[in-house]
Amino acid sequence: MAVSRRIVLHFPKRIVERAIVCRLAKDYDLEFNILKAFVTPEEEGLLVLELSGEQKEYDKGIRYLTETGVRIESLSQNFIRNEERCTHCGACVTICPSGAFEVDPTTRRVNFLNEKCVACGLCIKACPPRAMEVHF
Amino acid sequence: MAKTIAEINEKIKKGTAVVVTAEEIIGIARDKGIKKAAQEVDVVTTGTFGPMCSSGAYLNTGHAKPRIKFGGGRVSLNDVPAYAGLAAVDLFIGANALPDDDPRNKVHPGEFNYGGGHVIEELAAGKDIRLVATAYGTDCYPRKRLETWINIKDINEAILFNIRNAYQNYNVAANTSDTTIYTYMGVLRAKLGNINYATAGQLSPLLNDPYYKTIGIGTKIFLGGGTGFVAWHGTQHNPDVPRTEKGVPTRGAGALAVIGDLKQMSPRWLVGTSMLGYGTTLTVGIGVPIPILSEEILGYTTVTDDEILGAVVDYAKDYPNLKADILGEVSYAQLRSGKVKLKGKEVPTASLSSYPRAVEIANVLKEWIASGKFFLTEPVAPLPGVESGITFKPLKERPLE
Repeated sequence: MAVSRRIVLHFPKRIVERAIVCRLAKDYDLEFNILKAFVTPEEEGLLVLELSGEQKEYDKGIRYLTETGVRIESLSQNFIRNEERCTHCGACVTICPSGAFEVDPTTRRVNFLNEKCVACGLCIKACPPRAMEVHF
Repeated sequence: MAKTIAEINEKIKKGTAVVVTAEEIIGIARDKGIKKAAQEVDVVTTGTFGPMCSSGAYLNTGHAKPRIKFGGGRVSLNDVPAYAGLAAVDLFIGANALPDDDPRNKVHPGEFNYGGGHVIEELAAGKDIRLVATAYGTDCYPRKRLETWINIKDINEAILFNIRNAYQNYNVAANTSDTTIYTYMGVLRAKLGNINYATAGQLSPLLNDPYYKTIGIGTKIFLGGGTGFVAWHGTQHNPDVPRTEKGVPTRGAGALAVIGDLKQMSPRWLVGTSMLGYGTTLTVGIGVPIPILSEEILGYTTVTDDEILGAVVDYAKDYPNLKADILGEVSYAQLRSGKVKLKGKEVPTASLSSYPRAVEIANVLKEWIASGKFFLTEPVAPLPGVESGITFKPLKERPLE
């Protein structure tokens, strides 16, 4: 069975300079699409990936990353909507390039489909009540 | 069948008043006809929840010991400057006020994360607010400096006083230029990349009473989660604009000045708001009850989004230069579908005003009335109507010699 997930990888300072992600393709036949990459001021490496492949290999790849010291979170844990602040106005809908915000035609409430989020961050500052939060 | 407000209040007291929202009345009138609906329904509740920039609040903090006179001095609330041109301890804070050290648009687009609107939200939320005042000192008010926490529950008055809210229809915003622009109508992408609008449409108070036949000065309303009143017509009130056959203005027209006790209000209905590259404002929840005094009045409340047209304005070229040109007219039903056709292009649309919250306000107000907690008031004076001759004037600029 094939899987595809959006994940956030945190590389501690001690392994930032090692070639790690390429092994996912070489050893586990996984495909990855890099959505975002940067080194934080604390010199932790941060990589947002869409990772796909066969479930068995995917699980092995994730185990390899974990054993190497990479901390893994799903992207949906990192990009969240503060439900207290969101007013469901809909200003985000045309800002998001990946269509992660959708208006329910009946209730007119805005659904945040975090599986579509590509972590670009455009919604953060464009949201009038500042309901979108990123926690990398 | 004409009813009076007193008769409706009598029914509210007995718990027999029939109250429906401006959304529900559409189907009721379609099924039963205007005549029967007008006999059966006593009140139609409206609602709107959107950024309303001309909002503010005045406070009386109580006197310090020894006394200080803010008037003529400088006062800030959480670093946001408040207006101190009044008596000793009266203040006014406007939704657009910004801390002196906010970078504004120095790096464009500025973020505007905190301003007067946020102070008002935090006051309503019961949070402590940092007040810093400097004064020149007098014999009777000797103190020159005050730094203290204040809280809404401890101060004498905190009154929300918004001088222009609940606009009757509004511009629909687009951008024909080659670059993204950052406006009070949100982020507008280049070359008609998107269109933003801001109205509750068929639920909006003044679109349900287009000729101000029931809403007037003294009308009691839902304001920010508490009750308030219509204090006056809103600034820039402009009733004499093009209207559809049913009287619905096709441009921004009337507006309300509203007032109410901030101590009763809640941050759910007053939300500090940041418009990227533009500034801060306050998103305000307002609901107005419309007494069904006649078939004519009921007829107005049955307005639907496809009968309300908005004018699409180019915020890159025409709006900044005060040109009245429009790119076209679209209905709110089209806007709510998520796409409109404009200049041969399919343009995605987004709202800045929350329709689900407007529905919620209309329902809260309905519940208040149905349960006998909220009675209707008779306006003490009407809002200026089409016949008033009031027009919206541009500034007559006369260069200083």
